[in-house]
Amino acid sequence: MNITKNLDGQKLIMALEGRLDTSTAPEFDEELNSSLGGVTELVLDFSGLEYISSAGLRILLSAQKKMNKQGKMVITKANDTIKEVFEITGFIDILTIED
Amino acid sequence: MQEITVDATFENIELVTDFVNEVLESWDCPMKAQIQIDIAIDELFGNIARYAYAPGVGKATVRVELSEDENAAVVTFIDNGVAYDPLKKDDPDTTLSAEDRDVGGLGIFIVKKSMDDMVYSYEDGQNVLKITKKF
Repeated sequence: MNITKNLDGQKLIMALEGRLDTSTAPEFDEELNSSLGGVTELVLDFSGLEYISSAGLRILLSAQKKMNKQGKMVITKANDTIKEVFEITGFIDILTIED
Repeated sequence: MQEITVDATFENIELVTDFVNEVLESWDCPMKAQIQIDIAIDELFGNIARYAYAPGVGKATVRVELSEDENAAVVTFIDNGVAYDPLKKDDPDTTLSAEDRDVGGLGIFIVKKSMDDMVYSYEDGQNVLKITKKF
């Protein structure tokens, strides 16, 4: 998985490419933990993300909880398979998902 | 029918996924079904790697075959670890807020919802978990 970060003031855009699963989730978790200091708006660009498994959901949930305290988090450009996983799991109601 | 037997470790998830994808592609399996099967492999093989032989390591076999009527892929996960029926677990409450959420059990739930059939049996000291996805 590739992660590209773009910090613009207090807004951080993270673009994910590949699969967010058991193998790649720890790397994403580490990137988030080291990048969120002072960030008030986190945008996760999923346009290059192929799929997500529960290992990825775990990280998204903890990122959402963290951002609830310090600002907001938005997920953009998720494909249909990923949106379906959000729907099945009820994450669609927890996360902010935009096109 | 084709199968692969490897150590049940997180590192081998990718190897198993690539192996299954190659077979699915040879059947012209639609991309969406293939991705849903990939997610199922991450969840199910990942669970075997995490729990079946903990704290040690053991083998797992992943078998992939075409259903009799040739309109579905059947993927079977076999291990000799501790007996565990994932279908006995209660479904998670998917209506809770972020603060009250626990992600335990979500993986199995995703597989249940995205596959057409999921059957568990314990045979000759082996966990046998079979998932079916129609094309």
